[in-house]
Amino acid sequence: MDISQIIFYCTATFILVTAFLAVTAAKIFRSTIWLLFSLFGIASLYYWMDLQFIAAVQTVVYVGGIVVLIIFSIFLTHKANDAMPKPPLIRQVLAALASLFGIALVLHLVYHHVFITPPTTIINANIDTIGFQLISTEKGGYSLPFELASILLLASLIGCIVIAMRQGTAKVNSVD
Amino acid sequence: MYGMLTRRNVITLLMSIELILNSVNINFVAFNKYLYPEKLEGLFFTIFIITIAAAEAAVAIAIIINLYRSHQSIDVDDVNELKW
Repeated sequence: MDISQIIFYCTATFILVTAFLAVTAAKIFRSTIWLLFSLFGIASLYYWMDLQFIAAVQTVVYVGGIVVLIIFSIFLTHKANDAMPKPPLIRQVLAALASLFGIALVLHLVYHHVFITPPTTIINANIDTIGFQLISTEKGGYSLPFELASILLLASLIGCIVIAMRQGTAKVNSVD
Repeated sequence: MYGMLTRRNVITLLMSIELILNSVNINFVAFNKYLYPEKLEGLFFTIFIITIAAAEAAVAIAIIINLYRSHQSIDVDDVNELKW
């Protein structure tokens, strides 16, 4: 049990505890902050696995983007500090049973699978390797999903603006 | 997953979905690093999942804002006009 295993178990416990608190907290703002902590924990897990680029992307996009977006939407819907209503008990029990069944299935699959030892040619996942492969057009390149992802982001951006736009001027004209 | 099935507020539902996506990301990256260390496919799939999750969260927030304007509430049990 060397120090790297201890760090892994501590980080994993931190992620699990904060995620559990995030889904069961009574007030919505506390739930958001627990989500923030669990996303930081996941970024530190990526960093422990020697994937600095993914850790940085996770921090910038999830923590700095999505959690901030969620906080904005909480303040736009005016319910920042009230306690939320609890779900009915039958729903809680059934959801807990479904989650436990899912966990049991995954653990069963993991423990009964024969994991093969990989060949020992390790590719170093540093940022220039990732960058070259991301925009390469040969076999194993990812330039087509890259372009499609940019189109998807444009479409979702335009969609968000259209959905959340106020139809203020149309209503004012019809009131007259 | 427990959070996604239980939560009544739509924004906390979104947070639970983000947690599910993150757990899938960790799975992909761990399998890539420990079972297939000479390739990088799991890593790229994770990058694309992060990107698409960000786009989906933005669209979900826009829908939530629109829902709040029409129903004045963001409880999932209050939007039952299509239920029979």
